[in-house]
Amino acid sequence: MPHFSKPAAGSWTEHYPELGTRPVDYTDSIDPACYAAEQTAIFKKTWLNVGRVEQLPKTGSYFTKELAVADTSLVLVRGKDKRIRAFHNLCRHRGNKLVWNDYPGEEVKGTCRQFTCKYHAWRYDLEGNLTFVQQEKEFFDLDKADFGLKSVRCEVWEGFIFVNLDPDAAPLSQYLGELGKGLEGYPFHEMTEVFTYKAEVGSNWKLFIDAFAEFYHAPVLHQKQATKEEAEKLLGYGFEALHYDIRSPHSMISSWGGMSPPKDPSMVKPIERVLRSGLFGPWDRPDIEGLDPLPPGVNPAGHRAWGVDSFHFFPNFMLLIWAPGWYLTYHYWPTAVDRHIFEANLYFVPAKTARERLAHELAAVTFKEYALQDANTLEATQTMLKSRAVTEFPLNDQEILLRHLHKVAGDYVKEHADAAG
Amino acid sequence: MLPAEFAALEPYGDWILETERERYEKRLASSMEEMQAFYDAAFPLLESASKHLDAFTVGELPEPERNLLLLMFSLVMVSFPIEVWKQARVPDSGAAYLDLLVEPRV
Repeated sequence: MPHFSKPAAGSWTEHYPELGTRPVDYTDSIDPACYAAEQTAIFKKTWLNVGRVEQLPKTGSYFTKELAVADTSLVLVRGKDKRIRAFHNLCRHRGNKLVWNDYPGEEVKGTCRQFTCKYHAWRYDLEGNLTFVQQEKEFFDLDKADFGLKSVRCEVWEGFIFVNLDPDAAPLSQYLGELGKGLEGYPFHEMTEVFTYKAEVGSNWKLFIDAFAEFYHAPVLHQKQATKEEAEKLLGYGFEALHYDIRSPHSMISSWGGMSPPKDPSMVKPIERVLRSGLFGPWDRPDIEGLDPLPPGVNPAGHRAWGVDSFHFFPNFMLLIWAPGWYLTYHYWPTAVDRHIFEANLYFVPAKTARERLAHELAAVTFKEYALQDANTLEATQTMLKSRAVTEFPLNDQEILLRHLHKVAGDYVKEHADAAG
Repeated sequence: MLPAEFAALEPYGDWILETERERYEKRLASSMEEMQAFYDAAFPLLESASKHLDAFTVGELPEPERNLLLLMFSLVMVSFPIEVWKQARVPDSGAAYLDLLVEPRV
């Protein structure tokens, strides 16, 4: 017996007929050739979120972003004109990596007046212009104007910095489309207290997106996290979303979330009752503008029991907006067909009191307890997919976003191959 | 080390740790008995500690108050092993790890 209504087509999946309802082929998560094609067709062609404007607070603030999936490293920097730019992290002299500390593969951040190459001291200003060449007279007809840093498309949406390696890509706002537009005005800029997590995970990048794009697993995999009676009740209900929306290549799921605050405090753990916080975040909304009313794209079903919206911006950026007034991002940076770097960031309105800060701490600690369980299932899945004992898997209606993700990734690869003839 | 009215927690001073990484490592390195003893001492004082700390701005805590807050972060860290898992590690987490690289400092 369904608890929430579905579209007239009878199911969310059939509401989008192009998705079909057949079992889905997961060869795309184990085949090295498929991964190589995704690198070119997806990661070198789409807008990738690499951070937030708060990471570049002033002129000269910079950070590097390793993009193994696109065979490059980028440096993001705020110039004298306050604009944020992105460049390939590469010296124009002989290709040395320009910005790094002791270990060339590690991401770095800081503030500087200019970039100086460690190798021969070529210097570049914050706008990427080559300003100094060591022993310039030894070169032949070298015009410094021709040797600025190689720039990369860089645009900002709602404080999120995106890059695109394709110079011909459509503008970011067009790419993010209706789902992006529906979120505009959310007070992301007020939520600057951040917890940043990182791990290397032994699975294809799409498998971890799969894990976070459905909540069908939640009452099962995480059942030990709730009190016994609550866990049994949740398992009995199963999971049904309030709403799904697919605006290819992007998608979203809107979910209920009765734990923040819980109807019955005995449902939650003792420390949650004292700190008024838990998995769904602090129970008390921060006192800022912009949360009431919410932008139209948040809680699109307008449901009273709404708890969280999870947006997946293709290919590898997820944005979760929680009812109590905080947000969470996930990024999945592939490093091989069966490996990726997972990053999660929790963003809160900065705590004014220790009580608020403790509520954030509990939300962050709880997040990690869940994420460790989620991450650990993936390596096991990857190993078994690799056996190719079974290649097609049935996905249910609450797994519609997974079906969509694998279809879109496949479509990008196919279109790219077709265009290349 | 701690504000006078929380002197009962002085024996647990080794739980006053600066970073989540240190707190998580101490959790994994502790026995359930050690964590239970700390929890039993600290949990009943969590509400009064929050009340006490409410009188200060979170970024400007005097040293004893700051220590108290860091100690309560450790209480949060051990709450899952004590209240839920009955073990230090997250069940079914295997070799998975998740490093906290940036955390809001107090």
